[in-house]
Amino acid sequence: MWAYVLRKLLYNIPVYFGIILLMMAALRVNDPVNNYLGKHPTPEQRLALEKDMGLDQPFIVQYVMFIAHIPLLDFGDSWKYEGTTVRERLIRAVPPSLSFTVPTLLAAAMISIVVSLVSAYYRGRPVDKTLMILAVLGMSVSYLVYIILGQFFGAFWPREAQWSLAPFAISGYEPWIGMKDVEGGGSAFFFSPTTWVTYCLLPVIVGVIVAMGYDTRFYRAVMVEECTKDYIITALAKGATKRKIMFVHMLKNALIPIVTRVMTTLPFLITGSILLEMFFNIPGMGKTLITAINDNDFPMIQGFVAVFAAVMILTIILTDVIYALVDPRVRLS
Amino acid sequence: MNASTNSTAAPVLSVRNLTTSFRTDMGIVTAIDGVSFDLAAGETLGIVGESGCGKTVTSKSIMRLLPEHLTIYGPDSKVMFEGSDLMKANERTMRRVRGDKIAMIFQEPMTSLNPVFRIGWQLEEALKYHTDLNRSERRERAIEMLRLVEIPNPEHRVREYPHQLSGGMRQRVMIAIALCCEPSILIADEPTTALDVTIQAQILDLMASLKKKLNTAIMLITHDLGVIAQVCDRVLVMYAGRVIEDASVHDIFYRPQHPYTQALLESIPRSGGKERGKRLPTIEGMVPSLHELPSGCRFSERCRYCEDRCVQEEPDLLRAEDGRRVRCHFPLSADRTAAARGET
Repeated sequence: MWAYVLRKLLYNIPVYFGIILLMMAALRVNDPVNNYLGKHPTPEQRLALEKDMGLDQPFIVQYVMFIAHIPLLDFGDSWKYEGTTVRERLIRAVPPSLSFTVPTLLAAAMISIVVSLVSAYYRGRPVDKTLMILAVLGMSVSYLVYIILGQFFGAFWPREAQWSLAPFAISGYEPWIGMKDVEGGGSAFFFSPTTWVTYCLLPVIVGVIVAMGYDTRFYRAVMVEECTKDYIITALAKGATKRKIMFVHMLKNALIPIVTRVMTTLPFLITGSILLEMFFNIPGMGKTLITAINDNDFPMIQGFVAVFAAVMILTIILTDVIYALVDPRVRLS
Repeated sequence: MNASTNSTAAPVLSVRNLTTSFRTDMGIVTAIDGVSFDLAAGETLGIVGESGCGKTVTSKSIMRLLPEHLTIYGPDSKVMFEGSDLMKANERTMRRVRGDKIAMIFQEPMTSLNPVFRIGWQLEEALKYHTDLNRSERRERAIEMLRLVEIPNPEHRVREYPHQLSGGMRQRVMIAIALCCEPSILIADEPTTALDVTIQAQILDLMASLKKKLNTAIMLITHDLGVIAQVCDRVLVMYAGRVIEDASVHDIFYRPQHPYTQALLESIPRSGGKERGKRLPTIEGMVPSLHELPSGCRFSERCRYCEDRCVQEEPDLLRAEDGRRVRCHFPLSADRTAAARGET
């Protein structure tokens, strides 16, 4: 298996170089320095920025230099936020993104798998029909509606009405786990679930609701397909309980398409959900990238795109490996 | 193989008036109607009939494997097994019976095994539900069962997946799973249909020898009269959801009493003899749709001896003195059969 992973990685290196080439070329179509400084920069300002990113060098030199610096995540300094490197801003944006994307992904996957199993098991009956109508309704409503309703009824209203229980902040983010400087020097570990609930639970709930409509319908189709397979009746004839049949026999078979689906949403873990981060004002990867694009912060854009592309490629390789783990018929070779 | 009907021994399974209907988009359809028969311990009972006559529904009804929300069992249906009526048993009791006392093998060995679990796991699953054996004892038993069904190198095979085995091998695994708890009844639903002929013979031989070893009663469902002749003691002939004839295998083949049985036998190709060069006889017409059954005898439309009474009134399944049963107003006698043979 490791040989396979290594070979896949090697195959994908040229692909990755290609992505970087396209990205770098595209970002240079419009002069990035002009974009950032506006129409009338002084020659000194121009020169300083060009030197900073090596934009005065031939493209091929820039390309090679950029690639050489990728392994260290060295993408230069942010133009907008002077004195911080792209790497710093990148690393700082990861925990806020993960704080709500990991729970969203896990909760959405687990809840929709259980709902779809129930739905598939009672297919054609009122339970199934009700669940599927809810799923279609859920996915037909815009993301924004959930965000605004969530912020209004989940955060704003309880606060205005001065309820004793007003757990959610309307937006914003504060660290809830990590190391903190202590007065008098040194640092200590801190962990505050209530801070997480205040800032992250509402976006998680919205994210789960939005994902569930699509996921449930997809998983249900997979499960219904499995329900008609012969091995189900073999298991029943062996004396297996329905729960065993659903959660052992069917689920392991259904895992193959489920894995595909979950894996396609994996990059979202790292890149964050741009919409959620923007509306809940969470300083994650998505929001940082959008802000950088709005600011014409050229080094940031270049660095973030390079990282996102790498994450995508690694996810695809990981998907292949997981396939082989869940389906014995798949051979990695 | 013992050709005589073991009528004196108490039956291990007694099916009475088994009626199974399905809810469909076109209304309620009765797939089998008043099926009654006994299965003696150690007996091999063949159930034969063309596609859609209710063979599989009969077997699945006995184990209550049909989808619950679509199936309606008749109120006076009875499946007596070990002194209790399986039709009235709860799910828990049924689970204890399934796989332990009554086991089943299916037509499609290619898809009947779960593709993502190892052979050993699937064998041990049944043992886990029905025995107190611990993990290593279950593994030993699984290997022993694979050896019993003549799978070479069983220690290695238990760790393989179904896709690594051939069709015949998989059917052997299915048999091993079915027999691992030593059930008193094995229901085999067309176990050889999907296999090629040489493998068919091997599987049938295997079933016959295992039956002798374990004294399991077998219900063999098939549409292949050749298979019936090879392994069965007694035969139940079904037509459009009804049992129409029940007799020993010898009587069915040499002295059929129902015109349908007779027609069925005539449509078997024979090698040599005077039929050579002639067209193979077929049964005219088609099996009636379960939605539009004829008013009288269900075979009347296709019967060459059909009379007025047959169209007006459905015959009962009557038992003769010798234990044979036939559902016909005018059962064939030996000379009538001979006369019919002479005509064709």
